[in-house]
Amino acid sequence: MEFLYYFGDVFTPISFGLLLLGTIGGLILGATPGLSPTMAVALLIPFTFHLAPVQGLILLGAAYTSTVAGGAVSAILLKIPGAPANIATTLDGHTMAKQGKGAQALQLSFLASAVGGVIGVLLLIFLTPVLAQWALAFGPSHLFWLAILGVTVIGSLDSASVVKGLLSGCIGLWLATIGFDDIMGAQRFIFHPALGGGINIIAALIGLFAIPQVLTMFAKGRSANNSEVIEVEKHSIKDAVRELLRRPRALSIGTITGSVIGLIPGVGGQIAGLVAYDQTKKFSPERDKFGKGHSEGVIAAESANNAMVGPSLVPLLTLSIPGSPTAAVLLGGLLIHGIFPGTDLFDNHPDVAWTFINSMLIGQVLMCIFGLYVAGLAARVAQVPQSVMAAVVLGLAVFGSYSVQSSMGDVYVMAALGVMMYFLERFGFSAAPLVLGLILGPIAEANFIQGSMIAGATDGMASYFLTGTLNIVLIAIVIASIAYSVWMELRSRRYTSKEEIMG
Amino acid sequence: MSQISLPRIQHIVASGIIAAVGMWVAWVSYTQQPAEAFLFPRLISTVFVVLALWTFVKAILGWTKVGSGISRKDFVWLLPGLIIALVYIFWAAKALGFFTAGTITFFLLLSFYDPAPHGEAKTWVKRVIITAGFLAVMYGLFALLLKVYTPREIFF
Repeated sequence: MEFLYYFGDVFTPISFGLLLLGTIGGLILGATPGLSPTMAVALLIPFTFHLAPVQGLILLGAAYTSTVAGGAVSAILLKIPGAPANIATTLDGHTMAKQGKGAQALQLSFLASAVGGVIGVLLLIFLTPVLAQWALAFGPSHLFWLAILGVTVIGSLDSASVVKGLLSGCIGLWLATIGFDDIMGAQRFIFHPALGGGINIIAALIGLFAIPQVLTMFAKGRSANNSEVIEVEKHSIKDAVRELLRRPRALSIGTITGSVIGLIPGVGGQIAGLVAYDQTKKFSPERDKFGKGHSEGVIAAESANNAMVGPSLVPLLTLSIPGSPTAAVLLGGLLIHGIFPGTDLFDNHPDVAWTFINSMLIGQVLMCIFGLYVAGLAARVAQVPQSVMAAVVLGLAVFGSYSVQSSMGDVYVMAALGVMMYFLERFGFSAAPLVLGLILGPIAEANFIQGSMIAGATDGMASYFLTGTLNIVLIAIVIASIAYSVWMELRSRRYTSKEEIMG
Repeated sequence: MSQISLPRIQHIVASGIIAAVGMWVAWVSYTQQPAEAFLFPRLISTVFVVLALWTFVKAILGWTKVGSGISRKDFVWLLPGLIIALVYIFWAAKALGFFTAGTITFFLLLSFYDPAPHGEAKTWVKRVIITAGFLAVMYGLFALLLKVYTPREIFF
């Protein structure tokens, strides 16, 4: 119950102000199609650099929580999911809005998000210290395999192509080696003066997540935002609470599904929402109503995608393995403040860890309260033309990456990585494993070097890295995640028609 | 011999570039000294090359199934914005100053990609107001709040 001791720290004026700012801003950003939660959090990181670590994390955590929930606004009122996590919400939410039940759909989505989110954060509170203590048993070889596991799991599960996902991870791991070697001081791959100090992680995060979105908006041309906002009628919140309580099946399936999926690194909110929707439909006696504006569809999808948020941070805060791309960006936010997940976080910075986690718990409640009132405004913001959005994001990316170290080199790196990522994405590569490689690369290398020194003095590399129960378990998980993804990819291709195959 | 489609050519070129980068990384890793500093790069570059060559071979054989490439239409729309953005980042930001270059870039991008008719004075007034709003927010946020000192060559 250590977390209760730090509960009051969330309510200091600056921390609570940042929590409010992150929540309201996140709701609006989340409702804006094209601005993914990952990109929103990445763009916020430069601002946290000027704050105390705990304040920075509160802002990022609040933005993460509320961007996922805010995505429901545009999903319901515009039929455009604000984020991939809200795809399942569109199925019944928009139909409800068209039937004149938009306010009810929004209220149900925020209430279900809050219930799922609170339970997800409670899981985070109770599981994290246990796993963090377990992580104490980890030596350099285990930490090396954990870092590799983080890259391979997201590389294989989060990508449409396993080979391209793993290749993205390799590119990230290579990018992490650019600069001066820590032990020998040797120059590695410095082909431009801007790379002398290595790749700045914040500039890289902004470039990899924001610039591809900007270029995608450019490529759409002069597309007018013709999506029509459905006006919402007034609806009693009491009735919405009553409706939510009448649907315990959808709420519990959504919450449990989201929590379990959140714990699996790399799976993400999109899968959580869709699986929860599908399972609720299967178990519902009213399954015929799904897709036709059924409240259970909204409740299941939204409780799942927010229940995923807390558990997705469990592997991040204990083992340095982010459960989602946004969690990977949060890891970058921790590392820039010199805070390392695991026992370091809970033993040396318990105030940071627990205040951050507590703020996420309170953030879920604030998100629900403000969500109900900000929804209308957020839907209007979602109609901002793409031309404005692209130019604003480009400006924020340039100023944000420069502000970290007042270095033009960081701006060049941000732009180069961003343009590269746009083209890579067009050819089936994804940013998440690349970012994981970039973030986990130094951890993997430091432990690999340390492990090889120990191995040199003992039984040799093969014995040190490939034997021992924990090493074998971790290697088995790496292989199993790749094998599972390959199997899933082959299975889905069996259904691919000849016309879809290129060439 | 049947004609090779544009996406397939693009996949071959893209995966070829990645394979070339992978081979360069491996070559540097295995030839540069001190060897201890390149131990980890050797490990990852080996996997990098294997995966990159596998992707390249698949692209040549036309087995690539993921990634749609870039259509001509997308590229035509993308190019002006990309050029404006790159000129801004790699030249104008430093030469003209961050705020001046940022404002000009914002206005150019907004005007180019805005679907509103270019012939109406109202449209241009709206664009100028939005640009001024952008400048005010960026100046307030970065110069006044965060106190970031950006290169300021012209004006501010």
